[in-house]
Formats: sequence, structure tokens, C-alpha cells
Amino acid sequence: MAKRKQITLTIDGTQLTVPEGTTIMEAADSLGVYIPRLCYHPDLSLSGSCRVCIVEVKDFDHYLAACSVAVWEGMVVETNSPQIRQARRDVVELILDNHTKDCQTCERDSNCELQSLAYATGVRRRLFEGERKEFPIEASSHSVVRDPNKCILCGRCVRVCAEIQGVFNLSQHGRGFHTVVGPAHLANMDDSVCIQCGQCINVCPVAAFLERPETDAVWQALADPETHVVVQTAPSIRAAIGEGFGMAPGTPATGQMITGLRRLGFDAVFDTDFGADLTIVEEAHEFLARLKEGPLPMITSCSPGWISFMEKFYPELIPHASTCKSPMSMLSTLAKTYYAEQKGIDPKQVYMVAVMPCVAKKYEARRPEHTMPDGTPYTDAVLTTRETIWMMKCFGMRFTDLAEGQFDDPLGLASGAGDIFGTTGGVMEATLRAASELVTGKPAGRLDFTEVRAVEGLRETYVAVGEHNIHVSVANGLQNAKTLLDQVRDGTKQYHVIEVMACPGGCVGGGGQPYPPRGVKVLDPELLRKRGAVLYQIDQGKELRKSYENPSISELYDSYLEAPGSPKAHKLLHTRYQAKLPRGIR
Amino acid sequence: MSTTTDNWPEVQATAREALGEDIAALIDACREDEHPESRLIGVLHKVQETFGYLGEKQLDAVAQLLQVPAAKVAGVAGFYHFFRLTPRGKYVIHVCMGTACYVKGAERVAQKFMEELGISWGETSTDRVFTLEGSRCLGTCGLAPVVMIGDDVHGNVTADQVPIILDTYLKRAK
Repeated sequence: MAKRKQITLTIDGTQLTVPEGTTIMEAADSLGVYIPRLCYHPDLSLSGSCRVCIVEVKDFDHYLAACSVAVWEGMVVETNSPQIRQARRDVVELILDNHTKDCQTCERDSNCELQSLAYATGVRRRLFEGERKEFPIEASSHSVVRDPNKCILCGRCVRVCAEIQGVFNLSQHGRGFHTVVGPAHLANMDDSVCIQCGQCINVCPVAAFLERPETDAVWQALADPETHVVVQTAPSIRAAIGEGFGMAPGTPATGQMITGLRRLGFDAVFDTDFGADLTIVEEAHEFLARLKEGPLPMITSCSPGWISFMEKFYPELIPHASTCKSPMSMLSTLAKTYYAEQKGIDPKQVYMVAVMPCVAKKYEARRPEHTMPDGTPYTDAVLTTRETIWMMKCFGMRFTDLAEGQFDDPLGLASGAGDIFGTTGGVMEATLRAASELVTGKPAGRLDFTEVRAVEGLRETYVAVGEHNIHVSVANGLQNAKTLLDQVRDGTKQYHVIEVMACPGGCVGGGGQPYPPRGVKVLDPELLRKRGAVLYQIDQGKELRKSYENPSISELYDSYLEAPGSPKAHKLLHTRYQAKLPRGIR
Repeated sequence: MSTTTDNWPEVQATAREALGEDIAALIDACREDEHPESRLIGVLHKVQETFGYLGEKQLDAVAQLLQVPAAKVAGVAGFYHFFRLTPRGKYVIHVCMGTACYVKGAERVAQKFMEELGISWGETSTDRVFTLEGSRCLGTCGLAPVVMIGDDVHGNVTADQVPIILDTYLKRAK
């Protein structure tokens, strides 16, 4: 690549040289000058709509938006003159004038970007009472609540939905003061092409998008002495929950998490990783059958955002999706069958809570396929990592001081293969650990398949499994999945197994994960890598690293399910999918 | 690859039926373009010309056939004032709200139309015969207050005349 031309400019009196094409904001960042910003996001396209990042440029009689103007030779930029600070504060004040005045009761209190921006820019009084928006709050979705009254029209949600997820469900409708962000015809989220991934919640600087709360139902169940309340935690929770209590990103917190949940009053704390081990065993058997009879490629089915995406955007690929339920749904099913039976409890008295990094899991839990014969769901409530953090804070827990607890039997023992399910490539690696053994009948020599690790959106590799040379591919972020699936559909690529996770980085970057600490942007690959590294570290530290060798899984098959792929296993652990409307545009 | 679960044939058929063959053929032609999405506004004009407005069903059908996300299609349709998202009546009533008409009692006349039809500005009567619109000066101030219905100009209109005028058009509509 040809070396880019170098540009010399001056920012706040300091001369610097940057490559041509660098924006004023990027140049200032490299100097350690942080220009306040709102609609800007480093991983999304430029919008330039909020005007918060305005700066003075010599010889210009108006301010320029630092995010979207490229530097030129000899440019002289002033980011902090009294005039520009005043103008910037005016811009923020004008945004606030139409904004709901309910910081104290808002879900984003203390982690709202608008709130901290108002403080940083020096807004100390609200001089004007602007007109307030009075739109209906859209709370009909099982996953995502949309509150247009809090929306400041920065457009980040629109961009993440289109550019990262390829879903294009959101758009700005109407004009001027009456502009509102939502799906086509402002339909209910679940009736639109929304796939419930919740990335709009993650990138929203305010509380215009939130998960549908389920904490009240959980408090109620916990307070009922007649109810046996059990909880399971997804692999990626332990890698991120600490962030909610001031721990640095990348700090594992399995033990404190378990103790915290027990202190909230849960009667048993189970590990979704157990469900992941079980998924691997069932999925590896399914793969063997498909290796003989097809159809291939087999596509993983753990990510509910991906499953919704497939049903709405790629229904013709349904025969390729593994019929295995997700680890969450497998574990919930077993909690109300196997576990209840073992404990001698009426399954109706078991209340199953799942702590998930994901808002699409809230939708999955309500799917009619995942209900008991009497119509009640196997998973009664799904809490996001954020909701769980709040419940623990509400309880006054000093999380970092909690003693390290252990998961409960019989659904709490998991191999390292289960842990890595929470990061992109993890399901693939866990599958590969199992598949080679299953195909050859000999213990696999290899445990680490580092070629499928990395948070980048798309990768592929060949792995020798017995006499087969298995071609695998991994995608995270649905725009990447689109690229991959289009190649599969038109026949340019042929794979044996494909892992798709809807969210960037996999579950560690899920729509229910903690808002990152100040200064760290959501979607930041470094943040996702740190969270993923926690899971690899836990896996590495375990003696038990293969799903097949999990003694609790063997016990489950011996005493209850008979064998992998048995009729009973099929009835309890497998599911089906169907094409759904409206059909997405791909 | 199995196609048994693919709903594209039905989705496409529904869309073609919603728009009619002419518009469907127009969109097919647009699809030959390098950037079919750049033809969206032209297609929407054609749909409005045919149906009188852009209904949700038609917008969704355009999205499917042109392969532009429905949120984008609806966003464009809702942004431009020229596009109408609700059906229009057979007769559009323009009550002039210019200065001369206003001082000569256009407000009372408009109020009477609203009462008689049970609709407000910009709305259409349930039988889809009338749509009520306010308008700027029609340039015939000597006849104030002025009401235009379709291409007809009615001058010196009083509130009392409103039911009689409406009746004439109602009969004509049948």
C-alpha cells in the first residue's frame, strides 16, 4: 500500500503531523485532546448530526464538526476557546431542552452519556423549557422497549442495526421536531424485522432503548416460600459482571457471581455451561448424522438473535440449523424434568431464572416451542447481566468482597468447552474438541483450536477430523453472517460447520451486557477481547476441558436421557424453526 | 440446497398483488439498474399516482420487490411532504385561510366542514369522499371566503351553505 501523504496542522497551539484523511477529532485524540462528542461512534459511519464536537478553525466564520472534517495542510484548530466552550454548552442545552427531566428515575442514571456530557460541558441550570415529545412508549416486545421521548436522534441505533447487524429495522420517520426512530410504520418491535439482539440498547447514549425488565417477577418469585427458585448463568456473565461493580474489564468473577445470586435467595445456582456441554454432545451426534446424510453445512443454533435472523432473513437455511435447543433452554428443560424429578419437587413449583448477556433470550424463553406440555415456559424469566447487577446493588452487596461460591449439582458442573461458548469461535472450538473424538473413537490429541479464536467478524479454516478434512467458518455480527451465508447460498463456499453469533464478539458483546466504563466504547474490539480472554483463561485452568468427559453429563445420559440423540433426548433437547414474517431484506 | 422452508415465492406474490402488474414491472426494470435503491422515490411517485396515497401494504411491497429495507422505504415516504400516507377522498376541499378569506369568516366555514364531516385538517371522511385541506391565498380575494372543491371554485361561502354544497358532491360521488 502506498504511504499516505502526511499533513501538518496545529491543534490548540500544538503542531502535529498526521496522515491525510485523518479527521480533526482523530488528530485531536492522538494529542490527548478529547473533544466532547455524542452521535459519533468509532465503529459506525459518521453522522455529524449532534454538533457537540464543534471546533473553531482559523479563517472560518462558522464552527466545524470535528468528527466529520478531514484535516488539511496548515489548518489551525482551536478546541477550547471561551467562545467554543460556550457554543458547545449551548448545543448540549438545546438537546436537553426537549429531553425528559427524569434523571433520578431513569434506567440510565449515572451511566447516561447525555448526563455526563451536560456535566462536562458545564450545564448547571436549565434555562429554557423546550417542548416535550409525547410519543407512546413501545413496550410490546418481549425483548426491547423503545421510548422515543428520551431519544435525542443521534442515529447510533439506526446505524448499528444497519451496518453491524445488517437488519435495517430502524429508521428516522417524519421530520423536524416530530422525527421518531423506529421500525417501518412504527410497528411493534416483535412484529417488525427486529431480531431482538439489543445492540440498539448498547449503543444508545440515553435510555431510548432498554431491555424489557423482568426483575419484578423475579423478586416476587424469590419472596414466595412455596416456589423453588433456581437460576442459571450464561458463560459470558462471569466475564463481564464485575464491570458493573468497578472491576476492570477482563476480570473473572465466577465465584462472587455465584455467592451474590445465592444471597439474593436463589435455591440453586446452575451453570449454563452445563447446558453448553450437553449441547455439544447432542450437536456432535447431529453433525455425524449430517456428515453421512446431510444437509451440510450444519449451522449452530445457540444464538437466539441469529435464529430470529435466519427465520426472517434466510428461511431457506432452516434445514441447515442444528435442531439442538440453546444451552439455556436445554438446562431449563432439565431443571423442570430431570432435576425436579430427582428432588421430588412438582415442576410447577420450580421457577427458572436465566441470567443472560442477551435480550433475545427473553424472546427465546417465550417461544411456544420452549414450553412444558401445560403451556408454561421452561424458562420463567430472563435477566440481563445489567438487571442482575442492579438486583445485587439493590440488595446492598459489596460484590468485590463476596466469598467465592460453587455451582450446585447436578446441573452445575461444566467443562472448559462450556465456558468458551460465550465468545465468538467458542462453540466451534468446543464442537471440534468433541467431533474428532467422536469420528475417530480415539481421544483427541488437540484441545486448543486457536485458529477459530479472535474477535474479528469472519474467519474460516480446515480441521482434520479422522479421515475428513472439515471446513469450518465462524461469523459474529450479522452483517458478517450475511456475507458468509450469501457465499454458501450461491455455492462459492462449501462448509461442514458454521458458527453464527448475532452480536459482535459473540455473547461477551451481547445486548444485555454492562454498559462499558467511562472512556470505553461499546463494541470496542479490545473490550470484547478482554472479556473473551477471561473465558479462555477459565477453560485453560480447568482439568475438565471436553464436554464428553463431564461426569454429570454421563450421569444424566445413564440415568435419564439414555443416549445422545435418543428419542427422549430429542423430545427434550431439540426444537424446530419456521419462516417468519415480515421477511427481512438482505 | 433445500428450499422447502423458503417463503420468498409467497412474499413476492403478495407484493406483486399489492402493487399490481404495472408497478411490479416498473420495479423489475429498476432492479436491472446498478443502484436500484436510487429509484425508490420514482417508484413511490408511481405508487401514489396509482393508489392516491402510500399505504403500509404498498410500502412493504415496494420494499420486498425493490429489495430496500422497509424501514428505509417508510422513512423516505414519511419524510417528504408530497407523499401522503393516508388515503385521500374523491374530492379535496381546500378552504382558503388567506388574510382576506380569514377576515371574511373562513374559520367559521372550515369549522362547519369539520362538524359536518367529522374530520379535522388533513383528514379524510370515512366514506372516502372528502378530504379537508387548508390552503394559502387562492388569488380570488374578491370572492372571499373561497372554497375550492376539486377544480370548482365556490365564492362568498357561508357556514349555512356548507351542508348544501357537500350534498351536491355527495350525490355526484354516487
